[in-house]
Amino acid sequence: MTVTTVTRQDVVDFLYTEAKILDEWRLKEWADLFTDDGTYLIPPIGEPDADPLTSLFYAHDNRSRLQERAERLLKKEAHVEFPHSTTLRNYHNIIVNNLESDVISVELNFTAHRTKREVMDTFIGKAYYDLVLQNNELAIQHKKVILQLDSLRPHGKISLIL
Amino acid sequence: MTEIIRDNPEKNEFLVNRSVFTDREMLARERAEIFNKCWLFIGHETEVPGKGDFKRKKVGGRNLVLVHSQDDEIRALYNTCPHRGALVCRENEGNSRVFRCFYHAWSFTNDGKLAGMPGSDGFPDDFNDEGTKDMKAVNRVESYRGFIFVNFDDNAVSLEEYLAGAKEYIDLIADQSEYGLEALGGVQEYSVRTNWKLLAENSVDLYHGMPTHKTYFDIKQDQDPDLKKVKLEGEGKDLGNGHAVMEYVAPWGRPIAQWTPIWSEDLKQDMEDMKAELTERFGEERANRIANWNRNIVIFPNLIINDIMAITARTFYPTSPGYIEVSGYSLAPKAENEEHRLARNNNFLEFLGPGGFATPDDNEALELAQEAYTNNLEVQWNDVSKGMVRGEGNAKATDELQMRAFWRQYDKVIQESFNKEVAYK
Repeated sequence: MTVTTVTRQDVVDFLYTEAKILDEWRLKEWADLFTDDGTYLIPPIGEPDADPLTSLFYAHDNRSRLQERAERLLKKEAHVEFPHSTTLRNYHNIIVNNLESDVISVELNFTAHRTKREVMDTFIGKAYYDLVLQNNELAIQHKKVILQLDSLRPHGKISLIL
Repeated sequence: MTEIIRDNPEKNEFLVNRSVFTDREMLARERAEIFNKCWLFIGHETEVPGKGDFKRKKVGGRNLVLVHSQDDEIRALYNTCPHRGALVCRENEGNSRVFRCFYHAWSFTNDGKLAGMPGSDGFPDDFNDEGTKDMKAVNRVESYRGFIFVNFDDNAVSLEEYLAGAKEYIDLIADQSEYGLEALGGVQEYSVRTNWKLLAENSVDLYHGMPTHKTYFDIKQDQDPDLKKVKLEGEGKDLGNGHAVMEYVAPWGRPIAQWTPIWSEDLKQDMEDMKAELTERFGEERANRIANWNRNIVIFPNLIINDIMAITARTFYPTSPGYIEVSGYSLAPKAENEEHRLARNNNFLEFLGPGGFATPDDNEALELAQEAYTNNLEVQWNDVSKGMVRGEGNAKATDELQMRAFWRQYDKVIQESFNKEVAYK
């Protein structure tokens, strides 16, 4: 696969695979989807363009911290996710931009349902990706998750990778 | 139910009756005798720095607007129209000279005074001579070192008297910068499916640190192999009026002056400069205490100020015995160097944020306790005795004196309520 041969379907398949990996708790594989300079961001609710110097983010991960996030959640001592929640992610309204360029940008809507101890929390929002080709495979350079919520009530926490 | 605590120094045992976490009648008592009468944190003065700046706040179950009025006073207005009651201000924050209720278009200047309404010829000229048609303001609003509190009881003691020994610890935080502290944007609003008193306990409970947060310490240890040499050591103190603190040394990177190897050498230099500036202002001993020691403070009933790997002020309020709404603020020195600020903010979200590597595990523990209080009829008491055997003046930070201070005040207030002929609902 070269840059010019990536199709919209390739991008969509890649994203669906990411969602599947997360739902199956294959979190190290999720981290492996990122480039070495990859980032994973969740800005504050209602402030999608917030500056991490002046506002509190929920996640502001460079490549090493997103790896730590993934590995932590696989440990039994990550109590909030032991036993693991059951999750289901759906991606919708996928818009793929710049298919011909070095950095493919994608925006989509997502819903992520989490059930644990007979309580279900639903996270909704938009996700923005910058995808690049690395060893002829698509890889995530940047992922930014914009929660479309009023607050984290009643969800309480973002113990999942969104 | 009248026996809330069993405080038995001879046996070195302190027990809390678990029914206080599940009982609806107890929550009604708490609302009337605690949340309606204690000083409650509403926000930091830097949230409304200029005239006209306002933020909506929910405090003690009320809908309020914290507003910096044109006369330069900071007020807390009850966000309800004196005419028919609708919420007047619907934006979460902003700047405005006037608030207008859309229902009948009554408008109010930002100090709450009625400014006008349509069809005023239908009302007598002296309609608002006594101010009864103004937006009502909370009568008691006081601040200490930038922390603003409200009290719904007009007869309450002053905030400073109420804070008692907690003032010393707020000073240690406020003194971190000669320019003062500021509240950052992105206040974290989340919830925990638990009783509010469990979060008060958890916030001054160092005993749970290692088992609950093992994954966090694992990550920190990978980043800094020398870390295991530092133990969580320090003391617990009762500060009066139900307030308490644990003050201790801890291994994590601590902005302002405890560097850690994942940070750059440039930042190390900046931190050393900051420490030197503190030493000049306060002398070596106090500078060391401000810069290198951690403090988790509970201010009765529902304010936690943690000065740990970042500074957070957290408040929480129960909407039912098993559910709380939490608001978490980050405070940071004004004019902080950008790299320094970013290290602080990363520290904050990593440990203290609801998307981090620690706070979700705390909340899980509290939710599991709440879930298992279904067994209260047969298994009735919580144990909060750790360290009593050492004598209360010698409590370690990892002991439970801090929680006993909270519970003794709680018990005192609630026991007094049992002596009143009042119906709680």
